[in-house]
Amino acid sequence: MFTLYHFFFFILTILILVYMYRVFQGPTVYDRILGLNGISTKAIILLTILGSLYSRLEMFVDIALGYAVLNIVGGLAVGKYLEHKGTRKC
Amino acid sequence: MLTADTILICIGLFFLTVAAIGIIRLPDVFSRSHALGITDTLGTFFVLTGVAFHQGFTLADVKVFLILLALWHLNPVISHATLRAALRTGVSPWVKEKK
Repeated sequence: MFTLYHFFFFILTILILVYMYRVFQGPTVYDRILGLNGISTKAIILLTILGSLYSRLEMFVDIALGYAVLNIVGGLAVGKYLEHKGTRKC
Repeated sequence: MLTADTILICIGLFFLTVAAIGIIRLPDVFSRSHALGITDTLGTFFVLTGVAFHQGFTLADVKVFLILLALWHLNPVISHATLRAALRTGVSPWVKEKK
């Protein structure tokens, strides 16, 4: 049965494809990092919508929480690495 | 059927679409980060609140608001680290060209 939540799921997938354009076409590496950050935020929203769709929110929300923490640690690590790589002399 | 959760999720998807248009159309990395801020504050707020309204109040809703709190506080930190790296490695901000 096609419900409204399937429609929300479809729109979020289209939005992730829009962000993938920026990830592949970005002029600098920072555009790609920003695009990946947006994609992971969309993935968290997508997981909670998927939980509402299957009526098992209490299972999917744990996965989304873990994904949020992973996104935060990964983004910070890549940002700090690129910053110190740019200021290195040799 | 229009209930509170579908209305809230539709408002949130509107803001997410505006942010995606900004990601495509804006000229450099600093202004694109400005567009991405709409996603982190308004878009996730409305969508996750709508999801929390879907099943009534359970323990999962508390975790949904925990995700929302984490995203609100820690996505600006990632944006700040990325843009500070961009500024320190010589990406110059976009300015309007003078004729």
